[in-house]
Amino acid sequence: MRIAGKGLIDRTEPLKFTFDGTRYSGFKGDTLASALMANDVRLVGRSFKYHRPRGILTAGPEEPNAMVEVLDGGSQSPNTRATVQEIYGGMAARSQNRWPSLRYDVMAVNDLAAPFLGAGFYYKTFMWPRAFWEGLYEPLIRRAAGLGKLKPQHETATYEKAYAFCDILVIGSGPAGLMAALTAARSGADVILAEQDSVIGGRLIAEDGQINGAPSAPWIATTLAELETLNVRVMTRTTVVGAYDQGTYGALERVGLHLPQAAHLPRECFWRIVAGQAIMATGALERPIAFTNNDRPGIMLASGAQTYLNRFGVPPGQKVTLYATNDNARLVARQLIAAGVKVAAILDSRAEASSVEDCPVYLNAAITDTAGRRSLTGISGHHAGGDFQIDTDCLLMSGGWNPLVNLACHQNAKPSWRDDIAAFVPHSGMVPGLHAAGAANGAFSTHAALTEGRAMALAALQALGKTATSPDMPQAEDAPYRLQPLWDVPGKGRAWLDFANDVTVKDVKLAAQEGFTSVEHMKRYTTQGMAPDQGKNSNVGALAVLADATGRGIAETGTTTFRPPFTPVSIGALGAGGQGAGFAPQRYMTSDPASRDRGAPMIEAGLWYRPSYFPKPGETTWRQSCDREVLMVRSSVGVADVSTLGKIDIQGKDAARFLDFVYTNTFSTLPVGRVRYGLMLREDGHVMDDGTTARLGDTHYLMTTTTAAAGQVMRHLDFVHQAYCPDWQVRFISVTESWAQFAVAGPLSRMLLNSLLDTRLEEFPFMTTAEVSVEGVKARLFRISFSGEEGYEIAVPTPYGEALFRDLLAKAETLGGGAYGMEALNVMRIEKGFITHAEIHGRITAFDIGMAKMVAAKKDCIGKASAQRPGLNGAEREQLVGLRPVDPNAAIGAGAHLFTPGDKVERVNDQGYVTSVCWSPTLGSHLGLAFLKDGRARHGQQIRLVDHMRKTDLLCEVTDPVFLDPEGAKLRA
Amino acid sequence: MPELIAKSALSGRPPVTLAGTTLAETAVGQITSIACFPGTLAKVSKRLGRFPAPNSARANLIWTGPEQAFLIGIPAPDLAGLAAITDQTGGWAALRLTGPKAADALMRLCPLDLRPAHFPSGCAARTPLGHMQSVLVAEADSFLILIFRSMARTAWHEIETALQALNARAAAGV
Repeated sequence: MRIAGKGLIDRTEPLKFTFDGTRYSGFKGDTLASALMANDVRLVGRSFKYHRPRGILTAGPEEPNAMVEVLDGGSQSPNTRATVQEIYGGMAARSQNRWPSLRYDVMAVNDLAAPFLGAGFYYKTFMWPRAFWEGLYEPLIRRAAGLGKLKPQHETATYEKAYAFCDILVIGSGPAGLMAALTAARSGADVILAEQDSVIGGRLIAEDGQINGAPSAPWIATTLAELETLNVRVMTRTTVVGAYDQGTYGALERVGLHLPQAAHLPRECFWRIVAGQAIMATGALERPIAFTNNDRPGIMLASGAQTYLNRFGVPPGQKVTLYATNDNARLVARQLIAAGVKVAAILDSRAEASSVEDCPVYLNAAITDTAGRRSLTGISGHHAGGDFQIDTDCLLMSGGWNPLVNLACHQNAKPSWRDDIAAFVPHSGMVPGLHAAGAANGAFSTHAALTEGRAMALAALQALGKTATSPDMPQAEDAPYRLQPLWDVPGKGRAWLDFANDVTVKDVKLAAQEGFTSVEHMKRYTTQGMAPDQGKNSNVGALAVLADATGRGIAETGTTTFRPPFTPVSIGALGAGGQGAGFAPQRYMTSDPASRDRGAPMIEAGLWYRPSYFPKPGETTWRQSCDREVLMVRSSVGVADVSTLGKIDIQGKDAARFLDFVYTNTFSTLPVGRVRYGLMLREDGHVMDDGTTARLGDTHYLMTTTTAAAGQVMRHLDFVHQAYCPDWQVRFISVTESWAQFAVAGPLSRMLLNSLLDTRLEEFPFMTTAEVSVEGVKARLFRISFSGEEGYEIAVPTPYGEALFRDLLAKAETLGGGAYGMEALNVMRIEKGFITHAEIHGRITAFDIGMAKMVAAKKDCIGKASAQRPGLNGAEREQLVGLRPVDPNAAIGAGAHLFTPGDKVERVNDQGYVTSVCWSPTLGSHLGLAFLKDGRARHGQQIRLVDHMRKTDLLCEVTDPVFLDPEGAKLRA
Repeated sequence: MPELIAKSALSGRPPVTLAGTTLAETAVGQITSIACFPGTLAKVSKRLGRFPAPNSARANLIWTGPEQAFLIGIPAPDLAGLAAITDQTGGWAALRLTGPKAADALMRLCPLDLRPAHFPSGCAARTPLGHMQSVLVAEADSFLILIFRSMARTAWHEIETALQALNARAAAGV
């Protein structure tokens, strides 16, 4: 039902939607809640624990009952507040936490068992046997108690994240917010006005209030129009959800949730707003009253009913009763009567109050019970004149107002209690730069809100050092707020405090009785305030009951902690852009298209994509390709892209000194044009990384790092430089991306290079470097080898990378060679006993890998002193060894553990573990690298390898880690 | 004499225009890092004309760190002994974003106030762009974005995604 002519909905634009499969119609501007009420739908959900029928309680984001699943394209958004969700054409929503239907819910049997299901029931009942909790009890309880369900599939919708900046952030657009924004904007400040609702005006709209003696709508429109001409960004549907350090606020914008899904249209945007100053004009929430069976559909807050009446033109019921503790709520009854809605009675809990309304007014009233299962039918109780029974289908409650202090408390300051309004209010300085104004500050009249809005904006402007231009103050009501607090009405049966989590007055009293007298303990024992509404409707009421039960005052009892977010934020919004490949940047080498052209499967190495192997026709497994590539490199020539290795250009007259400091070995003695292998330790003496460094000039070096350690090494160098030797003349910069670098390895490698170099290579011994020219481009050539073969790496400026790779491959193929991938690269380095981060995994010392002699005795270096600590050297250390299975065809796996033959396979007998394995086509055997206790003394012995995961248990021979060409004759050829 | 073929990071990718804003790969020519050695800033400054102030760009120079700048488009002068000179040409992909939504799009990826009044032409920053690091320069009607070459595709994708969302917002009026 709608009241003709009332409301801000657009009656020219009807919208069809469904709820639980039934078709309904509403208008543009409706929320799902207002549209359902207009269609006389009262029952909208089932309660969390007892599965009690529930209706709409509020008209705002604090709604505890009316939570639904919105089914939108591929998405399913659970726990959507029907009071916030706007309808759109074709929208489908459904109720949650019920089976088989909302009207007939089997789990409502819980409500009959309520005497047993009080606070702490689960803790007490499901204690034993302990192991049953996780497997049996918890899943059962979770199924019975609950909220909406997520779709068990990946989210496909678009979300967005963004940053915004302003001088003054105004949170809330009621009279206080609008006045603050106007004052700030007229004074030239750069303002963001954030309003959680879809329309501007806050309570002015809901209350149909007056400004300057006329309806407030024109004043709102004029103000908004002026704001838009000034430096104000008006953000509707944007809820500020958190107040963080340094004036940063988190906000969630509902971008497309009120529209049918459209390609690329974000559902929500998570904003990080950085503000010089902020005005908290977040208003106040009306609070319910706890009395027996106060949770039936049809019982709602007076302020909610006022919103439905004035903003949506929907009467809250046919025959309405008001139950209030204050003067403020009387206006609602008067507006209902004026709109032609029958008001059965006003029940005022106070002994003395006016009774001017055009309906029966009862003082000293108390409701002791209500009737009606799926919808309210009547109430009963007593008042000054005796007992009463009233037939009514809608009961409005007003227990007074709680300022929305949440944001002010996000940095752990506690609000102050004000006895005169029986509410918590913020005080200044709770969040630096945040000023509370209007109802959020406990100033409830429109006049007070306008006044405080202006005053707080002036304070914010002053803090920013801006000259203020103060707008004139509009005329508005300044009615006193007379209230006598009433938290719970004595009576039999359950009286709800927390509708969302089904917590009653009895539960809170029980918590106090059982010793959970701290408000934080009561919260956890009863779960009060832990539902999606985070206790917005119940916190103050619950702690008032607790205060009473423990004989303390409310101020002394205190509040629980207010934490961000103020309203629920979807993970999708927080993680916007991070779905799928958006999780991390993808780094591509210049050879990437050429590798993919050849059908190479790509694997991730850090953020890089590198070819795993290059399948030839007829090869069906990776091993066939890998074996061929290894033999190809060992017999002719192979080409591999090694551009991903970190490259750091180091210059300055102290560059050599700097390298001596960060590397264990000495680089100041390295002649220009030579390359040296270097080992780098962490401060704690363990190996951080290894690589080769070339001396390009007297004061110029080029360091290489492992692919995945490039960032770590750069950070380490920066730290060492800035912390220990900032005055040294040394500068370094990453050149990883500046050079495309290719390994050319194998006995025909020189022949291949000579077919491309502009000048033939003359004498070019192992571990040298020189500038060369390749097809007219200046290049750097290094003679280094990670394969054990005669090997070179040639680097060209990155733009030429793809061309050089393709040209190298074409010529290599003519020579019987070709490309090789990461698998073959790995096999060849294992055959040679070269380490990677599989070995130097962070717990390994130079001693462990047999490189103790590389820690130069004549100089100090990072990590040297730490590496000499007891326990980091000696026979008790697990040392790098090679492993060959006694049966060369028996496969071994990395991660297997080693035991002395004859010992029992138990943790205490563990002798070490395998780090890298391969099938060596060169040697016709499986090979492994491993760390073995006192391993270097055990070469030639047998060790038992046990792999519980792969079910391997076999004997291996312990060998030197270098299986192939230990003298290095080939790589020096 | 044979010649190696050079390719840009996003070679062949046509510009994309969304919400009236155009994303295009661009060529900036040579990029040289100039990192002053301790105590040489004044001399280097003299040699270059003027060294850019932190977070600014002027003429061919972009500030990229303390006493460090990128020289764009021209060969580096001889600064031997005064500064470390490193060729960075091939290491960066250059993107240009031009149009009314350029700042809005970048403010979905960079935690900076890029509105014209706060980051006018001539401003420069080292800033995260999504999960990547970038060099960002405000020009007269556009932004120049330098990004590690290997990440150019991801950068393009992220900026394009931001533009798509802005475009869809404009179409939906939100």
